[in-house]
Amino acid sequence: MRITCPLCGERDRREFYYYGDAVYADRPAADAAPEAWDDYLHLRDNPAGETRDLWYHEMGCAAWIEVTRNTVTHEILATRLVAGREGKKAAAKGRGKKA
Amino acid sequence: MPSLIEKSACDGLLPVSAGGVTLSEPAPERITSVAPFAGKEAAAGKALKALGLGWPGPGTSIGGEGRLCLWTGRGQAFLIGAEPEGLAGIAALTDQSDAWARMRLEGGGAKAVLARLVPLDLGAGAFPVGRAARSGLGHMAMILHRSGAQSFEIMVFRSMAASAVHELHQAMTALAARAAL
Amino acid sequence: MRIEGRGLVDRSAPVGFRFDGKDYTGFQGDTLASALLASGVRVFGRSFKYHRPRGVMTAGSEEPNALVTVGRGAGQVPNVRATLQEIHAGLEARGQNCWPSLGFDVMEVNDLFSNYLSAGFYYKTFMWPRKFWEAVYEPAIRRAAGLGALSRQSNDEHYEKAFAFCDLLVVGSGPAGLMAAREAARGGAEVILAEEDHRMGGRLLAETHEVGGQSGAGWAAATVAELASMPNVRLMPRTSVIGAYDNGTYGALERVGLHVATPAAALPRECFWRIVAKRAVLASGAHERQIAFSNNDRPGVMTAGAVRAYLNRWGVAAGQNVTILTNNDDGYRTARDLIAAGLHVAGVIDARDDAPAAGDLPVRTGVRVIDTGGRMSLREVVVADRDGKVSRIVTDCLAVSGGWNPALHLTCHMNGRPAWREDIAAFVPKPGMVPGLTAAGAANGTFSTRACLAEGAAAAAEALESLGRGAAPADLPEAEDGAVRIRAYWEVPGGKHRAWLDFANDVTTKDVRLAAQENFASVEHMKRYTTQGMAPDQGKNSNVAALAVLADATGRGIPETGTTTFRPPYVPVSIAAMGAGGQGKGFAPQRFTTSHKAASERGAPMIEAGLWYRPSYFPRPGEATWRDACDREVLMVRDRVGICDVSTLGKIDIQGPDAGRFLDLVYTNTFSTLKPGRVRYGLMLREDGLVLDDGTTACWGENHYLMTTTTAAAGLVMRHLEFVHQAHCPDWDLRMISVTEAWAQFAVAGPLARELLNSVLETPIDGEDFPFLSCGTVRIMGIEARLFRISFSGELGYEIAVPARYGEALYRDLVARAENLGGGAYGMEALNVLRIEKGFITHAEIHGRTTAFDIGLQGMVSAKKDCVGKAASQREGLGGPEREQLVGLRPIPMSRQIGAGAHLFNEGAEPVSANDQGYVTSVCYSPTMKTYLALAFLKDGRARHGQRVRLVDHLRGTDVVCEVMNPIFFDPEGGRARA
Repeated sequence: MRITCPLCGERDRREFYYYGDAVYADRPAADAAPEAWDDYLHLRDNPAGETRDLWYHEMGCAAWIEVTRNTVTHEILATRLVAGREGKKAAAKGRGKKA
Repeated sequence: MPSLIEKSACDGLLPVSAGGVTLSEPAPERITSVAPFAGKEAAAGKALKALGLGWPGPGTSIGGEGRLCLWTGRGQAFLIGAEPEGLAGIAALTDQSDAWARMRLEGGGAKAVLARLVPLDLGAGAFPVGRAARSGLGHMAMILHRSGAQSFEIMVFRSMAASAVHELHQAMTALAARAAL
Repeated sequence: MRIEGRGLVDRSAPVGFRFDGKDYTGFQGDTLASALLASGVRVFGRSFKYHRPRGVMTAGSEEPNALVTVGRGAGQVPNVRATLQEIHAGLEARGQNCWPSLGFDVMEVNDLFSNYLSAGFYYKTFMWPRKFWEAVYEPAIRRAAGLGALSRQSNDEHYEKAFAFCDLLVVGSGPAGLMAAREAARGGAEVILAEEDHRMGGRLLAETHEVGGQSGAGWAAATVAELASMPNVRLMPRTSVIGAYDNGTYGALERVGLHVATPAAALPRECFWRIVAKRAVLASGAHERQIAFSNNDRPGVMTAGAVRAYLNRWGVAAGQNVTILTNNDDGYRTARDLIAAGLHVAGVIDARDDAPAAGDLPVRTGVRVIDTGGRMSLREVVVADRDGKVSRIVTDCLAVSGGWNPALHLTCHMNGRPAWREDIAAFVPKPGMVPGLTAAGAANGTFSTRACLAEGAAAAAEALESLGRGAAPADLPEAEDGAVRIRAYWEVPGGKHRAWLDFANDVTTKDVRLAAQENFASVEHMKRYTTQGMAPDQGKNSNVAALAVLADATGRGIPETGTTTFRPPYVPVSIAAMGAGGQGKGFAPQRFTTSHKAASERGAPMIEAGLWYRPSYFPRPGEATWRDACDREVLMVRDRVGICDVSTLGKIDIQGPDAGRFLDLVYTNTFSTLKPGRVRYGLMLREDGLVLDDGTTACWGENHYLMTTTTAAAGLVMRHLEFVHQAHCPDWDLRMISVTEAWAQFAVAGPLARELLNSVLETPIDGEDFPFLSCGTVRIMGIEARLFRISFSGELGYEIAVPARYGEALYRDLVARAENLGGGAYGMEALNVLRIEKGFITHAEIHGRTTAFDIGLQGMVSAKKDCVGKAASQREGLGGPEREQLVGLRPIPMSRQIGAGAHLFNEGAEPVSANDQGYVTSVCYSPTMKTYLALAFLKDGRARHGQRVRLVDHLRGTDVVCEVMNPIFFDPEGGRARA
């Protein structure tokens, strides 16, 4: 698997550390309800298809990267730096399963 | 006053040669990490220009032998060989002179040696002279800089000097054995 | 038998080698198979289950029968295909899966019991009596199973791995591959041409076709010479491309030293390549098929294409009186080539009703092959005509052509399935199954030489265009352009004896029909039930025929029955190649401190903390065990002074206007209020509220902090800090970088610590200059150093840091001074005892499931601010009396020995998990307090000081009653560190 780091270019995926779903990057407010924190920490969609995850270029430039890829076709569709990304807070509330 | 004896990172390990390729330790130089604070990128570039260099974009370097500014990561560069004059207050500075084992790999087979350990395209087109990269040397984090058509500067953590020399030397002798077939 | 005037071997270079204890001679360029065939050897192996004598069947890497063991001792390699092994002086090989010899194998008795050993027999047998399975059946099956054997000796031969990059990877160097490589290279692309064989040319080397007016082999050699002269071409012979992976990555196995008579120690035996290619062309050719009929597995039954290859490429006659069985025109080529070489053709059996006009060839149509004779070497072929009349053909070789299967395996490596083409009775790749990979030539179901050349050129043009380069129209050389005329013919009906499909795993048509009968009707089930396709050839010789038999048995067509998929590797890959570089020192980097040499000179054994090597203890003359040294070192630190290298702890330099604010976010307690020159202990949580790490952070100056982390977690903490910054507060103005390696740092601990330091500092200090938990710059022998007053031992202690270049020198100096004061160096064992005596935690206690509450530090979670993990740490169940809380334990009586990992129970309760009250994390013998001490987690522990619990370790047989107490066993007021 090869991931294009926005700074370093296309690299072997062994240079990266995989963290998990991109929702991790949208931290709930300190006073958010417990359900919001539970959602953020524990509940995930598991699509067969397009997913967005967070990777850290550990053996490279130390940038955190949001990778959009397809878990069925293995295509990497897009990568962008986590820092300064647009639509930062967009998705947090709408995702995940409700009890 | 007595003084403490200095040891370089690769003390006792280098130089080694095989198959026309040599791995040696360059003379120690001052290395300073430079990370401009928010909004101070232009000021940092200006201060570096005053040193005869400039701020390098990702994957590049400015300068050469004796005085070099090397891109080393997100918002970060290493100033090598020169004192970080005019940068206080503009960038976060730390002394990295002792943190790295620096090695120079030279010879016609240098690229093939690195192909055993570095997952990068190091061809003249993809990685020309002056190009810099942070990647891996085997399992070790590494800063790589192409200093010449047949020479590369390799930096790994000081504590891993022996491992880096071992891996590189092994690759050198393996290639020398292939050439002897 | 060797034929004069034929073949590409170098007859001026004879090579001596040994097979099965006998000496033979071949020529440079021979494989083991060709050299042995030339010498008249017929039996090359014994089949897997029935131990039937087997001969070589093919001339390529798909060989299922001729699997031999090469070499002796540690370097011995089992299951080598004799068709791929180049001979060299001194090569030693032997047959496998036989005892005592290939010629006489005791296990052939299995063949007599074949009725009981058909597919899946082991699911129905070995069941009674139950006890016998473990003691009798399984060991016996293990001994009988497998083909070749490993030496079981440690092998330190060298293997390597390497990376390569290119615009176009061409797999295979037959006509399609050579054209693709040539055209792409001429167009300026960076090309890698990988060929499994040691010589490039593919089937051009095996056939007598002409290309562009010269011999196929000659055209191939000329093209290879042109490619070799181009700087943008890398030729990789002896390289099998074994897998197609994501994003244009291909795995390849190169045989580097397996053909060399006396390889240098540094010469790798194999190299495992990871090749990244923007585009790739699969020109891997095709494999010829066998036809199933009674006793079709005898030595001497081969593929028709292999007979031609041995004749034309190696000048070897596989037989002198050859019969051909064919369902397409290819068999006739074998007949013509044999006759042209002066050999005799006993018959050409054409399975088609409309056989072509064949001049004077002895063609027979309308007959079925119903049996063969000759156990150790084919003697005759028995045929029956339409009326059932039986006749025998005396013959020493049966060359079978059942059609050709494109070698499309790589195209299926991303879960694609091929498509069935009725006109060639074969599966072919579908475009796009692997992004960026195009099949060309026989691998694509295109079989004429001219068409292969054309497809190779077309594939190159397509690749060049996608790379943004133009392509000049290729000049295609003249070559034969014959059409395929084939009749699908998988097995001869009505045979009375077993008919083999999978030669390598001894699977017959009967087995496949049995699978269908037992309702394993899916091709995936049939495969696992019969083991067809699961041998070293991975079904290359049997897949299509087996699924045809299954289709027939289940009343379906071939496309409907479908095929199993293919996964990497395409050919067997040694684990040594895949794990190359991972032996010995190559397994992981070793990290050494600046004091390593000095510590080693003192005989200190090392322990591993992450990748770091740290001294365990420093034995002195007269000390017999590690405990002797450790006990002495502990008392030495408590009474005098000790020196310990603490450089390995992570040190992170954080600067910027928002640095303090950032520390307030990552730590539970407040750091923005910390003044320059002060140090504070901090606790860091994960976002789920559990403890991530603890450590001290110093405020070095205005907006400048130095954070320490635990040794093994340094990288993890750095990653966490970068994540918090980049994801949650990217606009905050701060920068961080590791300075772990820049500084050599040493703990100076004990009542005489300050006295020692003052003997090296240029300006002496007193208790006020550097109060407890302070830091600052000092000068030592002309250099600027960093001094921290912190203590992990609980004694008066400092940590002094110098640039790493001075580390070794300073360490030696400090240890000498300490020894002069009656102290000395101390290691990890003593460090651990000292901190346990003080109740200081490490990652043994903050192991990932503990909260701030559990370790008694809930007061450190500031109520006035948010921090990472705060919200989740307040969840129900993460605090309260039900939690296992940190306590100290002391055995009763004090002479009893205890160990970590034990569990805790109430006295009188049965020590089972339902009654579990907690567990022990750290234990030491304390020479200071003359007793074992433990740190443990106990339910409601803080409310139970003074009570007794039972410490039980079922594994080690420990059962000791302990007193629960404050974990700060020694100097609970902490006065000694503040002296």
